[in-house]
Amino acid sequence: MNFPILSTLIFLPLLSSLFIFLSRDKKNNNSIYISLFSSIATFLLSLFLWYSLDNNSAEFQFVEEKSWINNYIKFKLGVDGISILFIVLTTFITPICIISCINSIKTRVKEFLIAILILETFMIGVFCSLDLVIFYLFFEAGLIPMFLIIGVWGGPRRVYSAFKFFLFTLLGSVLMLVAIIVIYWLTGTTDITEIYKIKIPKDYQNILWLAFLSSFAVKMPMWPVHTWLPDAHVEAPTAGSVILAAILLKMAGYGFLRFSIPMFPIASEYFTPLIYSLSIIAIIYTSLVALMQDDMKKLIAYSSVAHMGYVTLGIFTLTKQGIEGSIYQMISHGLISAALFLCVGVVYDRLHSRMISSYGGLVSYLPKYSFLFIVFALAALGLPGTSGFLGEFLVLTGAFQKSYLAAMLATFGVVLGAAYMLWLTKRVIFGTINNVEIKNLSDVNKSEIIMLATLAFFVIFFGFYPLPLMETFSVSVNSLIDNYQIALISN
Amino acid sequence: MEYAILFLPLLGSIIGYLGKSATKYFSEIITSFLVSISAVLSLIVFWNGFHNDIYGNYKIFEWISSGDFTANWSINIDPLSSVMLVVVTFISALVHIYSIGYMSHDPHKPRFMSYLSLFTFSMLALVVSDNFLQLFFGWEGVGLCSYLLIGFWYKKETANDAAIKAFIVNRIGDFGLAIAIFLIFFFFGTINFDEVFNITEQYAEKKLIFFGFELNLITLICVFLFIGAMGKSAQFLLHTWLPDAMEGPTPVSALIHAATMVTAGVFLVVRCSPMFEYSQVALNLVTIVGMITAIFAASVALVQNDIKKIVAYSTCSQLGYMFFAAGVGAYHVAMFHLFTHAFFKALLFLGAGSVIHAFKDEQDIRRMGGVRKRLPFTYFYMLIGTLALTGFPLLSGFFSKDAIIEFAYLKNSHIGNYAATIGIFTAFLTSIYSWRLFFKTFHGSYNNTKISLNDTHESPLTMLIPLFFLGLGAVFSGYFFKNTFIGHHSVDFWQASIFFLNEIKHEAIPIWFLLITPVLVSIAIPISYYLYILNPKILDDFKKTNSPLYNFLLNKWYIDELYEKLFVEPSKKIGSFFWKNGDIGVIDKFGPNGISKLVKMISNKTGRLQTGFIYDYAFVMLLGLSILLTYLILK
Repeated sequence: MNFPILSTLIFLPLLSSLFIFLSRDKKNNNSIYISLFSSIATFLLSLFLWYSLDNNSAEFQFVEEKSWINNYIKFKLGVDGISILFIVLTTFITPICIISCINSIKTRVKEFLIAILILETFMIGVFCSLDLVIFYLFFEAGLIPMFLIIGVWGGPRRVYSAFKFFLFTLLGSVLMLVAIIVIYWLTGTTDITEIYKIKIPKDYQNILWLAFLSSFAVKMPMWPVHTWLPDAHVEAPTAGSVILAAILLKMAGYGFLRFSIPMFPIASEYFTPLIYSLSIIAIIYTSLVALMQDDMKKLIAYSSVAHMGYVTLGIFTLTKQGIEGSIYQMISHGLISAALFLCVGVVYDRLHSRMISSYGGLVSYLPKYSFLFIVFALAALGLPGTSGFLGEFLVLTGAFQKSYLAAMLATFGVVLGAAYMLWLTKRVIFGTINNVEIKNLSDVNKSEIIMLATLAFFVIFFGFYPLPLMETFSVSVNSLIDNYQIALISN
Repeated sequence: MEYAILFLPLLGSIIGYLGKSATKYFSEIITSFLVSISAVLSLIVFWNGFHNDIYGNYKIFEWISSGDFTANWSINIDPLSSVMLVVVTFISALVHIYSIGYMSHDPHKPRFMSYLSLFTFSMLALVVSDNFLQLFFGWEGVGLCSYLLIGFWYKKETANDAAIKAFIVNRIGDFGLAIAIFLIFFFFGTINFDEVFNITEQYAEKKLIFFGFELNLITLICVFLFIGAMGKSAQFLLHTWLPDAMEGPTPVSALIHAATMVTAGVFLVVRCSPMFEYSQVALNLVTIVGMITAIFAASVALVQNDIKKIVAYSTCSQLGYMFFAAGVGAYHVAMFHLFTHAFFKALLFLGAGSVIHAFKDEQDIRRMGGVRKRLPFTYFYMLIGTLALTGFPLLSGFFSKDAIIEFAYLKNSHIGNYAATIGIFTAFLTSIYSWRLFFKTFHGSYNNTKISLNDTHESPLTMLIPLFFLGLGAVFSGYFFKNTFIGHHSVDFWQASIFFLNEIKHEAIPIWFLLITPVLVSIAIPISYYLYILNPKILDDFKKTNSPLYNFLLNKWYIDELYEKLFVEPSKKIGSFFWKNGDIGVIDKFGPNGISKLVKMISNKTGRLQTGFIYDYAFVMLLGLSILLTYLILK
């Protein structure tokens, strides 16, 4: 196929943001319609891409290659069974974010939409890049719109949060940049398909792996560099939280799969115990911390850290079940955490409080909202029949084949997960009404119900019928594991 | 037909929930109707299997496939699941109908009916599964419905707490079940029941190193499976949620916490009998835990005052019986007791519900009494239920419970003899507390101050008709199914669904042994009538002189308090500690905040160097020059 479908996908949101920028619009309605229209078009395009992708091949497909800087750095794009799902997730979540702006963003709507669309461009770019430099650019460029989203539209402590977010992520990525330069110096290319073929010398692998880890660990976030996440979430506007939780956190997991493991297989094996330990600490520690939060967004943010612990654990089991479980967990967490942050956003728009103690007894006055909230809470605690269960269960199945201790501790985290999620539900949804203002609240409106019901549908659908997703990445995961094992044996 | 059995309740649940405002009674009728059809179809399936030997596996669609880890959504009909189908759908249909009357004043009854149907679906998915993953789905699904139904009256703080407690304690059990599934998949490479059980024998001697201990694989798997079963079936140490679960509406207690969900653990052990048979250690563990639970729960039931809690502890105790039956290798007897227990315990609960209804939500038996003439039907059904539970000769409980004790005796081992002894003693205690409940509720003087005796009323027909059917079951299910379940036809009936490595031979049992239990049970009736009605003073004095013992029992052996101190409070403290001291105190302090402070500090200090005065700069230049000179000279 000659039509540059990936470039189109990447630059469509950017183009429409330019369009919004140039349009004159006093009531902001036009910019919402334009952005919604373009993001849905992008989504449909990505669905078409998914549909035309050949599941039986682990090769990169729809590859586009253009010389960029003196032929040294190429603008190279391509997708395989793993990245396509993240692209679809991105293009699926973006329209939902835009719908959520209708209720939650009151000032500078136009600029906000521009930021979101530019962010979408960068995010799709991350998942398409087949060149380290391009990847790095998209990966880091995403920081800027996110920084602005938190810093401009955020809550009272937005500046502190925005800087903390920026500091943490930038610090890690500087090391990754150095590593990329070293790789170029070693191999003479930044094209990752080339690097896969040229084996990076064993002596360099460990240090390079650690440099990549420093960036991915922050983005993931892994314990102990996770503390920026709760602050960023708390201060970010709803749409910002949604994108942050649903997509930005997935970049690191994707990074491990795309870069760390295939490029540095020996180091990946060497550092497995480190990753296991950090993952287990993340699961148990942050679950306990989540239990004690009095701010809903912080609680969900901490639960995200715990869920990402399962992801890192699963990826580095390097077993079929572990990796597939991790990918599944990332997709499912993208839906569930997005939904939970939207749920918080719904009541925040009405009552302007994120504190758990401000709520209670919502079910009497907001029955539809409560129903949806409970569905997502149950999905978050990994109830079978929701997408949250399969990812966790597969990860744990994979982990058990490598380490009994890690798997058992991680499985115990599932008990804690139930504790904090149900306690949250009890304090927010059930019980008696503590706050008289709740009686005046209106139930979810049309736009909110569209967003939440869509997400709920997919959370349940993929809980019962995960095969469409699993078949997409199955072959790619097989080849990832095969290559990893070949590399270890030949070592 | 098999598909209809499974999906009609789900359909009912969805339609009932969505159509709640269609017409009055719409949800009640649609859910009850669909579950009733499901019950009739289950009977047909059972009959087809029993008579014509028609069993089979019906695949719905593929659920998951990740390498070798594959599982289908499927309906597996074998003798074991067909028995469970009948129990679940039959009791569920009756409870649905009963709820129409019982919940008639509740504004949320469509939601209630919908949950009940959803529960039925999950429970059916559990029993008809042909693999461990779908079983796990049903397992947690019933846990969810139990959570939703216990917390049904969401405004009650205690109900919410009980709901969360039920879910979390069950999750601890699920933890065990999950680990068992991981072990099975890791070593057997499959999670399909038939495939696993076919190769179990090859692994009978397999050892593995588990945290430094060399353990037998099968034993390890069985122990973890049993932890799962303990959580769901409220066995000792993981039983604490069951009495609290009585916060839910009474029909829920009858369906979920007596007849069906709590027996899932027994079902699991029986289903996995091909594995348990290869591990004597695990079987002994099952027996011991069963024994302890049986006697523990009976002892606590002796002194409780809440009518539902007494019945709940009684359930706990009866589940203990089922487990030690399974533990001594008499799986079919365990299933038989499960079967009969479903009828008489549901009858007792629904009867208790009828009493509570009559007293306008009074549950304390100290504030009841003397209403046998006001509630003639309820009185009669409760009488049947009590007789059946205590194992009074010729009622259903007699056949199944005595069979358990006999088989424990026939096992002819130390542990079997202990089990038989405990079984007999517990039967006596069961009889005492059951009759205590019965006499204090219906006999003696009327003790309620809130409503007058004349305001108590018999329940409506929708509540009495289900009681009638359950009464039939409580009386006759033992006699009619004895041969099929545990008698001469039992091997033909169960076929491969229950596996015996060393079958217990049904030898002749001394007649004195056979008579002990019925005699003790019958003696207990006059004893409790005397103690609780004619001369309650003796017990009051006893309470006063032995108050530590009394308080120990009344406070359920202080296990809840122990857990609160051991697990709940520390978790919260550790959580706070990690947050305040870990995240904020260490990571942030030395991480981003520390760095930014450091940068600020350094820049402040260096900033001070730039004073802007020429003599400062001149001085520094001079200083530098002199140091350089000194260095050059000394060199």
